[in-house]
Amino acid sequence: MNLFQRAWTVLWKDLRIEGRNREGLNTLIFFSAILLFLFHFALGPDRTQSGAAAGGLLWLGFILMGLFAMARTFQVEREEECLEGLRLLPGDPGAIYLGKVLWATALLGFAELVTFLLFGVLFSVDLWTKLLSLMVVALLGTVGISAVGVLFAAMAAHLRAREAMLPLLFFPLLIPVLLAAIQLTQVILQGGSIFGEGHWVRLLAVFDTIFLVVGFLTFTFVLEE
Amino acid sequence: MTFARVRSILGILTLVGLTAGLYLGLIWAPPDAYQGQVQRIMYVHVPTAWVAYLAFLVVFIFSILYLWRGSETFDQVAYASAEVGVVFTGLTILAGSIWGKPTWGVWWTWDARLTTTAILFLIYVGYLMLRSFVEDRSRGARYAAVLGIVGFLDIPIVHKSVEWWRTLHQAPSVMRPEGATVAPPMLFTLLVSVAAFTLLYLYLLSQRLHLERLDAEILERSREG
Repeated sequence: MNLFQRAWTVLWKDLRIEGRNREGLNTLIFFSAILLFLFHFALGPDRTQSGAAAGGLLWLGFILMGLFAMARTFQVEREEECLEGLRLLPGDPGAIYLGKVLWATALLGFAELVTFLLFGVLFSVDLWTKLLSLMVVALLGTVGISAVGVLFAAMAAHLRAREAMLPLLFFPLLIPVLLAAIQLTQVILQGGSIFGEGHWVRLLAVFDTIFLVVGFLTFTFVLEE
Repeated sequence: MTFARVRSILGILTLVGLTAGLYLGLIWAPPDAYQGQVQRIMYVHVPTAWVAYLAFLVVFIFSILYLWRGSETFDQVAYASAEVGVVFTGLTILAGSIWGKPTWGVWWTWDARLTTTAILFLIYVGYLMLRSFVEDRSRGARYAAVLGIVGFLDIPIVHKSVEWWRTLHQAPSVMRPEGATVAPPMLFTLLVSVAAFTLLYLYLLSQRLHLERLDAEILERSREG
């Protein structure tokens, strides 16, 4: 099997687990619904205020959901000592990394799509024409979140106070992703096009590429016993 | 030459360098035409910032070396350098704040360089916490090395994103003292200061390295006994 087939095997395994218990997706979507309610309470009924803050709030939500999704990617492996079995996957452990990043991106991406739809309904914003570009930005950002997040989530198994440590480790690293994604989302929500903001899209792409490569190369040291 | 010898020579050189820097900075160099005496903080602020970035570069290089070669010495250097780096990043922010108050009128402003330095501080405080939160020594070293690499590669992206984010929000409203041309005596003083602080960095690094080795030795002996 080549690298991508092995990564696909890991992804397929996680998809099937999720397909059976749907724990990850259910919790994420419920979480995002609660967040949207809280946003509304925090901002008050004023429409203009929530419009100006929407990009930032949505992405704050996504990064919190990301934290949850990352913790989940390796939590399922810690239960029943599954990590031992995963280590037995032949070849470069980078394949496990890629599989997990794909899985985290898929899980988060889907939850983000639902969040956008809920946001559109609850805040009465017409999103249909904007949904495609919103999702492009969301996926670009989510790959970045996952590329860094999976690396640290894998460490968390051996960390004391891991619930507190995970955000401390990976939130500061994700600040560029947040800044870029918030700007782009705000531009789209206000009716602009992401083609006018090419530098932010490039920043996201560069971030994704760098940390996918670094994560792929260093993951073997994280997984090592 | 033994390591102890190197350390004492570094110590003496640092003492001489810092004394020279103090004399030049406080007495010899003329006060700034616009800012007056306050500008002398530059002779501390710029060198501490330089040492902070230098220290994190050293962490980056020795983290790669450690993952590549697996020698414990590389890890000890990275750890020692990270600690010194965090202290100097803190000092940079502190000195910058003290300088900022009389010249800009505020303790803190969301300027690109300031914000980057603050994010840098957060990332490397995370690095130190990561090390102390992992029980197993060699595992902690590997995890930290990964963060040392990821964190350093993030710095330019963070800086770029914060810069763009600033220009979108508002043009820099404060005068940037670094932007002004520097008079030759001031430049000379600054260079002496930077050299002295670099020696101080090397001295602290060697002392910290020495401590780390003693620590490892105690651990070794307690295992034997």
